[in-house]
Amino acid sequence: MPRVFKKRRLTAGAAIIVASTMALTACGGGDEGEDGGDSKAAGYNAAIGKIANPSKKKGGTLKFVAKQDLDYADPQRMYFGMSWDFSRYYARTLVTYDTKPGEAGNKLVPDMAEDMAKVSEDGKTYTYKLRDGLTWEDGSKLTSEDIKYGISRIWDKDVITGGPGYLRSTLDPKEEYKGPYKDKNLDNLKSIETPDDQTIVFKLPKPNGDFEQMLAMPTGAPVKAAKDTRAKYDQKPFSNGPYKFESRHVNKSITLVRNKAWKKSSDPIRPALPNKITVAINKNLEENDKRLMAGDYHIDMNGTGMTQSGRTTAIQDHRDSVDNMQTDFIRYVALVTKTKPLDNVNCRKAVFYATDFAALQQTRGGKLVAGEIANSPYPKSIPGNDDYDPYGVLERKGKPDEAKAKAELKKCGKPNGFETVITARNDNPGEEDAAEAMQEQLGKVGIKLEIATFSGQDSSNMSGSLEKVKKEGYGMVMTGWGPDFPSGQGYGQPLWDSRFIQKTGNYNEAQINDKSIDKAFDDAIATTDPAEAKKIYTDLGHKILDEAYWMPFLYEKNISWRSPNATNVYSTAGYSGRYDYVMLGVK
Amino acid sequence: MLAYLIRRIIAVIMMVLVVLLTTFSIFYLLPKWSGQDLAVVYAGKGTSPEALEGIRNKLGLDEPVLAQFWEFVKGIPMGRDYANGADDVTHCDAPCLGYSFRTETSVWDALTSALPVTGALALGACIMWLVGGVAVGVLSALKRGSFWDRTAMIGALSGVSMPIFFTGMIMMGVFVHSLGLLKLDDELTSSDSIGVWFETLLLPWIALAFLQAAMYARLTRATMLEVMGEDYIRTARSKGLGEQAVIIRHALRSTMTPILTVFGLDLGVLMGGAILTEQTFGLKGIGYEAVNAVGSKDLPVILGVTLIAALAIAVANLVVDIMYAVIDPRVRLG
Repeated sequence: MPRVFKKRRLTAGAAIIVASTMALTACGGGDEGEDGGDSKAAGYNAAIGKIANPSKKKGGTLKFVAKQDLDYADPQRMYFGMSWDFSRYYARTLVTYDTKPGEAGNKLVPDMAEDMAKVSEDGKTYTYKLRDGLTWEDGSKLTSEDIKYGISRIWDKDVITGGPGYLRSTLDPKEEYKGPYKDKNLDNLKSIETPDDQTIVFKLPKPNGDFEQMLAMPTGAPVKAAKDTRAKYDQKPFSNGPYKFESRHVNKSITLVRNKAWKKSSDPIRPALPNKITVAINKNLEENDKRLMAGDYHIDMNGTGMTQSGRTTAIQDHRDSVDNMQTDFIRYVALVTKTKPLDNVNCRKAVFYATDFAALQQTRGGKLVAGEIANSPYPKSIPGNDDYDPYGVLERKGKPDEAKAKAELKKCGKPNGFETVITARNDNPGEEDAAEAMQEQLGKVGIKLEIATFSGQDSSNMSGSLEKVKKEGYGMVMTGWGPDFPSGQGYGQPLWDSRFIQKTGNYNEAQINDKSIDKAFDDAIATTDPAEAKKIYTDLGHKILDEAYWMPFLYEKNISWRSPNATNVYSTAGYSGRYDYVMLGVK
Repeated sequence: MLAYLIRRIIAVIMMVLVVLLTTFSIFYLLPKWSGQDLAVVYAGKGTSPEALEGIRNKLGLDEPVLAQFWEFVKGIPMGRDYANGADDVTHCDAPCLGYSFRTETSVWDALTSALPVTGALALGACIMWLVGGVAVGVLSALKRGSFWDRTAMIGALSGVSMPIFFTGMIMMGVFVHSLGLLKLDDELTSSDSIGVWFETLLLPWIALAFLQAAMYARLTRATMLEVMGEDYIRTARSKGLGEQAVIIRHALRSTMTPILTVFGLDLGVLMGGAILTEQTFGLKGIGYEAVNAVGSKDLPVILGVTLIAALAIAVANLVVDIMYAVIDPRVRLG
């Protein structure tokens, strides 16, 4: 009797499982018929280098979905690329990135300013005239003083946390000003002058060829002093763009509505097509992909690409609504020059030769998702990137050269290899797997890797902490990096300049302490001639490779969903290959 | 009765405080022991020493744990100012359950917008599973060994053994993605109509109720079978009471006592955040807040969620204890 009972139970269980599998398959197949909109989709890669669904039609609600909320909505505090892209809806800057597809999106154009800066002969004074008709959401006039006030907030480093400090360190390297909360007299911020409401003048202690790039970051956005609620400003920034916050519930949702006070005549950049913009934050990535494909949302605000299952379905069933975009992220392994025996250049070169780049690419998802094998330490959109390939990585199509690796090991005095620790972030998809792949690859020439993992959030305390690196003997740090702004300075200085080494939160993980590199940065920054800067950065990149300080392995790509109902969609280099949010409209 | 209530309420408060102190200590001491700087955890990509110092001062991270705990407890009735010098004060209104420097919002605000969602989820689901579970259990017990009994118990077994993210995903796959019968709202707020709430919560209710009802059905069946064999049931029958009256007035009453005990705990746990259900259906309730907070090590929010969860369980237990007296005349409070 119990036997029979048991058996029956088993059959019932099996029936349920079969039924549920059928339900799953049904839903997988259901998408296809239901969507049906694929015929009107613009086509595979239609938003790469060109505009998908160009349109001038106004109205409708543009719906974003996101796994992760903006890091901050406060323009002076945001540091995530997606936040910078999104901020253009409500926070204008003197200059901004051109609203053009691809590399053309890296070019700066005037936004609140009438024209690009008038730069003095010595390259130290930048003067801007503001456009007429700039307003705040309450209809009041936006003045040069508001811009100065906005920028001044980043001097208050204990309240206005999170954002990049480029403007501060460039305008006031000695940090003489204390910030508007401690020192209410803005005149004490001497490097910014506002002779009248329509004029703003920046006086740099020494020239910096990238200065306008820094003003294009949201850090350069105005804030109206009377509306500055300090730390809480982040909850609902006061708008000067075409949209204003109707509501913002952190980690839940954002709703932007039209800012009636904004004047189109004052803004050459923003078409302001949708009537309303919503962001739904939902932590279930797979579900987000499904609902994107079902048409519930238009675009993923994070812009980090679809999940594995999402992109498989998308490429199979909705290929015309998918873009394979080039991000400006580089996956790399920093070789810690302070950890023995990686202080020896030949030991570092052995790692370059022993690594199977092609296998790393495969581990991270193949060419479409992981991206192409990288030879240069710079992303493709940064001046300085070239085809210099001293280790023959591209030549061998990413395959290792064990003989050369062994030869380098011999030169380094470790003919039988050595042991060290590689770190990887356990919440970055594929990073741990890639570290394991490297463990196997390097093992073939006798380099034994131990893998240490931690979350991305903890990395500033682990691989970014000098003390921890020393104590744990980390020899290699596997991670990724994208530029703050498109130049050698905005990309490489935190990574390779010895003066950027910090006790914690260090990004010069290799701890490169090379005076010739520091000097190259100074020279490149001082010049206002882009061609000369490019030459210096190119040589600098060669140096990084020749000394084997830092091993790039992939130019990252991802698969992104583009709703057939979204208009004016294109990937822009100005925002790491993301879609240019401010241009989007809906059918 | 009154003395009993007061004693119990004091016990509830003490218990919640102990839970809080434990959580508090764990989250403050663990990073310290593992050599991590809590202030660094709070800061983002652009870490400056000033920002770290500001956070340290505002949270009083240099103070002893007990002093920090006292500040926290005091803030609940009195409100609290997080100060870093006179110029930089972040005010948190009473009832201040803490302030998240990650999201620049007070924990109370975050949780009060999440509570209605979790509350509605828990309430709807528990009505479904209590009614459904008990009814199925009673019927199974009365028709013991029948086809109905076996089917119901097999159904119950599968209900208990299937995790919510599995049933949830299937239900969403069928009813939302495939058939398009239901539409889930991204974020339930007080401005949404009852219809929207109902439509969004219907699947989570069923998924949650299916899981729980299964357990209640089995528990009810077992208890009911035991009770039906008791002497007083035979007595009731022998004095000529109708079967319906015997079951409802006599058997069911004592069957309910153990059921209610479990029910109180379950409801309390749910109020503290039905984490899996909320994640699966994308509901933004307490469980969602909890997962976010743990993910970003947002200590103030974790503490707030713990407080709500502990309070919910304690209060649910108290209510159950009082209900014993109502249901079962043998129980006397005193």
